[in-house]
Amino acid sequence: MSHPLVRVFVDRLVAALIVVCVMVAAIPVLVLLVFVVIKGLPGLLTPGFFTDAPHPQGVPGGGVLNAIIGTLEIVGMASLLAVPVGALIGIFLSEYGRNQVGDTVRFISDVLTGLPSIAFGIFGYTVVVLTTHHFSAISASVALAVLMLPVILRATESALTLIPQALREAGLALGAPRWRVTLEIVVPAALGGIVTGALLAIARAAGETAPLLFTSFGNDIVQTNPLQPMGALALTVFRNALLPYPNLQDQAWAAALLLVILVAAANILARVYVRRIQR
Amino acid sequence: MISSITMQTEVAQRPVEDADAETKLDARHVDFFYGDFQALEDASLAVQARRITALIGPSGCGKTTFLRIFNRMHDLTPGTRATGEVLLDGQNVLDPDTDVIQLRRQVGMLFQRPNPFPKSIYDNVAYGPHMLGWSKSRIDAVVEESLKDTGLWDEVKNRLRRSALNLSGGQQQRLCLARALAVEPQVILMDEPASSLDPIATLRIEELMQDLKKRYTIVIVTHNMQQAARVSDSTAFMLMNERRAGEVIEFGPTDDIFNRPKDSRTEDYITGRFG
Repeated sequence: MSHPLVRVFVDRLVAALIVVCVMVAAIPVLVLLVFVVIKGLPGLLTPGFFTDAPHPQGVPGGGVLNAIIGTLEIVGMASLLAVPVGALIGIFLSEYGRNQVGDTVRFISDVLTGLPSIAFGIFGYTVVVLTTHHFSAISASVALAVLMLPVILRATESALTLIPQALREAGLALGAPRWRVTLEIVVPAALGGIVTGALLAIARAAGETAPLLFTSFGNDIVQTNPLQPMGALALTVFRNALLPYPNLQDQAWAAALLLVILVAAANILARVYVRRIQR
Repeated sequence: MISSITMQTEVAQRPVEDADAETKLDARHVDFFYGDFQALEDASLAVQARRITALIGPSGCGKTTFLRIFNRMHDLTPGTRATGEVLLDGQNVLDPDTDVIQLRRQVGMLFQRPNPFPKSIYDNVAYGPHMLGWSKSRIDAVVEESLKDTGLWDEVKNRLRRSALNLSGGQQQRLCLARALAVEPQVILMDEPASSLDPIATLRIEELMQDLKKRYTIVIVTHNMQQAARVSDSTAFMLMNERRAGEVIEFGPTDDIFNRPKDSRTEDYITGRFG
């Protein structure tokens, strides 16, 4: 055994190292957040930000209503496509996927995770835009859904894998068929993890710009028809940040802040919901 | 050689020979394999209806493996294979055509660690009946009855809608027993049901077993010899052979196994020379 003082010193040293590591990880995120709040708040508080469509460049005022509606609609449709499919594939992988088929799906999913996000834009462009001859919100949703899929299915799989085998056995020993045990016992027990995975995917999709560039394309007019080109907050940030007009640059910051707020709100709501049903 | 007369193991008084005892579960020459590894060799056991049969033996002797074959839980482990016969009322449960779901409704199971569903107390017990499509009133009745049978009703009747995970370990295990009883099985398999419980909770489970054997056939795996002696009517002693496969060394009335073992290996184990 080493000298007690040496042990105390090593203990302190390791504790200090851990604190340093936490700070290295946390500080950039906090700085970023504070920066976005400081730069974004003025734009967010400008009258008309939430209620007006963008004004032409150089004309003061204007808002991002087109982009708010666009982000909600595009990401909403993408989630409707990706969350059920992704969760079902995740359930398959965890409960029935200990085989060649499962391994193949896992491999494809890992490859998808590594693709640059613009590739998903190309996918949406090729599959939807070229066939319909039209930029559209739905083409962006398809692109984002494919981007979300691997995140959701892997998160679902790992959430289900964490559920103890004893719980499955308890259900099966009662004479419950496998599918009922999966849907009625295992999935509810893993719901927190599944929802977290879905939220991560949604948050990522909401912030993506590249897949939207040649799918939803952007639209300064408030548009709700999913078959028409549509604005999105990420596109507003991308385009306005490059413009020489200070009020539009402020708008870009504000759009970024709004995106952060939306994602945080979705996170909190979902967590409260999961806690309530799991009690 | 220690004379069996000097052995102090106390065995509950009970009729040793039952003329009317019927065989409920009859395992004949069961071999069991995990892949290439043989875990059970020629294991036979005749479990009598409405009696408690104990499987004892040192760790790794295949007790739990044997038990899990009785309701085909081994199906869940890929690469396993059981040969021989396990007859439940004359029907071979190892037959590939056996309806496993039906079998498990007849042969329930209590596990080593309490494993309640992360649901309410009520929903835990109601899960099986609900699955069987019983009416609400019938489910309510069977939930109450099962909880009473396991002595849990008075403790939980005012918090049936609360999570089962807030119960103590002993209560959780009795809840799991109530959950198994609710689908009205004929046989209950218990895999070291008290190994994670304190002595008081263990005693509760053992008392319950004595009540339950009036209506159910019970097979219990235990590494606790005193427990086997206290609760069981028949005992099978198992041991690993030189090929590391489990064998049933001796099977008979508990009284005989503990006080008049025929095999010297049984005697060595009972008297604590090994294991």
